[in-house]
Amino acid sequence: MSESPLIETPVLERILGAALARGGELAEVFAEDRQSSGATLDDGRIEELASGRERGAGIRVVVGETTGFAHTAELTEPALLAAAEAAAAVARQGGGGVRTVALAERRPVGHRADVLPSSVAKPTKLDLLFRADDTARSAGAAVSQVQAGYGDSRRRVLIANSDGLLAEDDQVRTRFNVVAVATGDTGMQTGYESVARTEGWEVFDRVDVDDVARTAANRALSKLAARPAPSGEVPVVLAGGSGGILFHEACGHGLEADHIVKDASVYVGQVGQLVASPLVTLVDDGTVGGEWGNFAVDDEGRPAARNVLIDKGVLTDYMWDLLRARKEGRESSGNGRRQSYQHLPMVRMTNTFLLAGTDDPDEIVAQTPTGVYVAKLGGGQVNTATGDFVFGTTEAYLIEGGRITEPLRDANLIGNGPEVLRRIDALAHDFDMTPGTCGKDGQSVPVGCGQPTLRITGVTIGGTAA
Amino acid sequence: MSDLVAVADQVVAGAQAGEQLEVYVARGQDTEVRAYDGQVESLSSATSSGVGVRVLLPDPGGEGNRLGFAWAGSLDDDVVAATVADARDNARYATPDPNVVLAEPDGVPVTEVDLWDPSLAAMPTDRKVDLALSLERQVRSADPRIRQVSSADYGDERVEVALASTAGIRSFTRRTSVFLSVSAIAGEGSDTQTGSGFSVGRAPADLDPDRAATDAVERAVRMLGSSKARSGRFTVVFDPRVVSTLLSVVSSALSGEAVVKGRSFFAGRVGEVVAAPSVTLVDDPTDPRAFGAAAYDSEGLACRRNALIDGGALQGFLYDTVSARRAGTVSTGSAVRGGFAGTPGAGCRALLLDPGTLDQVGVLAAVGEGLFVQSVTGVHSGVNAVSGDFSVGAEGLMVRDGVLAEPVREVTVASTLQRMLQSILHIGGDLQWLPGIAAGQTLAIGDMQLSGS
Repeated sequence: MSESPLIETPVLERILGAALARGGELAEVFAEDRQSSGATLDDGRIEELASGRERGAGIRVVVGETTGFAHTAELTEPALLAAAEAAAAVARQGGGGVRTVALAERRPVGHRADVLPSSVAKPTKLDLLFRADDTARSAGAAVSQVQAGYGDSRRRVLIANSDGLLAEDDQVRTRFNVVAVATGDTGMQTGYESVARTEGWEVFDRVDVDDVARTAANRALSKLAARPAPSGEVPVVLAGGSGGILFHEACGHGLEADHIVKDASVYVGQVGQLVASPLVTLVDDGTVGGEWGNFAVDDEGRPAARNVLIDKGVLTDYMWDLLRARKEGRESSGNGRRQSYQHLPMVRMTNTFLLAGTDDPDEIVAQTPTGVYVAKLGGGQVNTATGDFVFGTTEAYLIEGGRITEPLRDANLIGNGPEVLRRIDALAHDFDMTPGTCGKDGQSVPVGCGQPTLRITGVTIGGTAA
Repeated sequence: MSDLVAVADQVVAGAQAGEQLEVYVARGQDTEVRAYDGQVESLSSATSSGVGVRVLLPDPGGEGNRLGFAWAGSLDDDVVAATVADARDNARYATPDPNVVLAEPDGVPVTEVDLWDPSLAAMPTDRKVDLALSLERQVRSADPRIRQVSSADYGDERVEVALASTAGIRSFTRRTSVFLSVSAIAGEGSDTQTGSGFSVGRAPADLDPDRAATDAVERAVRMLGSSKARSGRFTVVFDPRVVSTLLSVVSSALSGEAVVKGRSFFAGRVGEVVAAPSVTLVDDPTDPRAFGAAAYDSEGLACRRNALIDGGALQGFLYDTVSARRAGTVSTGSAVRGGFAGTPGAGCRALLLDPGTLDQVGVLAAVGEGLFVQSVTGVHSGVNAVSGDFSVGAEGLMVRDGVLAEPVREVTVASTLQRMLQSILHIGGDLQWLPGIAAGQTLAIGDMQLSGS
């Protein structure tokens, strides 16, 4: 199952030794080989088939409070040595001398895909796109444009550090998405739906691309009749799944230790405190099989873990990467991630979700006299220092008399993390996850979000209706 | 000429009979320094390079060309050869289309813009480190209410790109850029607010650390004591930085690609009034002051000045070669791509809204009552460039009696892009050449919905 390592152990040991020759506490080599392929259908045509390959290594040297970093696209010993020396340039004091690094035994990790997407013929992949196009267009005469995208990637990584750690992972990911445009008297509206899994081609055994296409098309169609979203503070019921973005923004980012150690989060000093409604148990879990933010080891070689962040409303822990954890004399929580070998790792979420409750989802709506029902969220943004965050709806409805009624045009909702978490007063027994791309400090990584249907007693919705 | 041109020429020379081929070869060298708490938190420096190849195969049935694309983050001979083979294989499966062609030289003369500052290569790392450290120090000491500087960064980049094709395209461009940026956290009692500042240029001498520091401090400190405002309809005055973002969003509806694919609310409206009469908007990458200035577009054609809106009337759209053919016109030299891993599409590089005469103080005075917005959030989640629906999180200060008054946070402002363009009341003269694809100035837009308490 396993293939030859990206870099042989004796080479890694020599590189790590050289990286510390001028001093420093920690040296690390992160090697990566990524191959990707994708296709886009737009305007009824397969417009683009693309494939990409990327391979290289990033080397960091930690000296006191300072990290030196360099990378190379060549995995030869001379190129790696040059990168190690460049990264070590931050260690000015010298005094390192010859350091001997002995790495742990290699324990190769095979990929977890049943069917590698690279083994699937291109026309078979394109068929999915044509099917999605047909299905979306037949959802209604008002569907005026369809774009569908398929993509897969295989990312092999190897991490070795001067503590002797040697870890590898082989991550296979597959995604499919559809954007539909519907045109009517009121102009154009868009609908988006995607599936993204840390799995191989077997994703499509369970996922019907026709369903994805239909969902996207219906989302666009329903909004043609949508009225402007209201403004002001309203009760909000979030449907299970994409509402997880709220927790990703409202508290997830604020629980990343890099923000905590810099006093740039509203959750500083709150461990052990009630920070949310007692209904809230929030988990970050990189081990959830097949989810978009899943991996075997993080980008610092730490095994993925399930970490309870908030337990029945009480903040239990932050998320940690290697560097911040070392300073605190503790273990990383398996949240050290990076976009590619050209980037330094930092604290990142994996799959972040709220555990299900006991209420009936329909009952939650029925017991909401007036408010907004958000069926799908599109994305969000947070200022961790103030806790203020926004998240945008892509499918939402009015709730009137305990019933879901008219569709609403897209709008952002705005709130303050700790305030909104306290206002959750109903939590259903359903649950769903949704994939997303999380951006932080210029780096993008795949993440999952999830939650059951829930109600927030009041959030400000930013529509145009008074 | 650069060695990159030789790489590009070599790839083009390897095109097989009957196929068309285009290669984009890029190399970048960058340095980034982050200062924190008086020390260097991280120092990165690296060179990276890569290649993107498009192959067009004629359809045997004469139905046009099939396009395949492949990219790689390496310029090694065997990697480049494998990339060309990948692109060729991908092309076999695309839908043939008579409009899918490579750009051909169109005779439009190139306006050379000097984007390369040789002094950057000679700048010692210590000097870069000092710039980041002193920026952090400056912000920390600027005001007692500054509690934290979460990051203070220096960064620079040298990028070279060669482009060549079997259709006779051959271009080489290079640019340097440098930046300083800083994020400050101000506090008073239990209140915490943030502000950021930056300075960009092509050379270290262009950097203005005082400006970056003052911006970050002022923006954080003036938000202290902020609260949610009452909902209502207001005239909203946007800061130049926000205006640059707004113009960038509007620009996606001005892309000819969006127009021909029925994803632009401007489609079919050329000649019509789409904005207030004071609005004249151009995309002019030949203006060297623009951050996105360029001599060549991403298909190797000369960049040129394109009028988009004149006196409120829509003039036209921006096209790359393929979208232009679909629209029955010619490229406006507006191909853009996201580096070697991306394929060209039509887009803006250097949007400029014709400045007015009032400075920011003058715009506020003219507005009298309203909301001044210093920053927005959720642009990617709350603005739909296809429908035009616009809803963003905002922070700023109320405008009362023509001057800035109490600070406001956790509110949204909403409208539609179409209505906002028509409702522009005042365009400032305080033009700033900001990073990204648009310059910005203070802008007042009437009749927006503020949602708060």
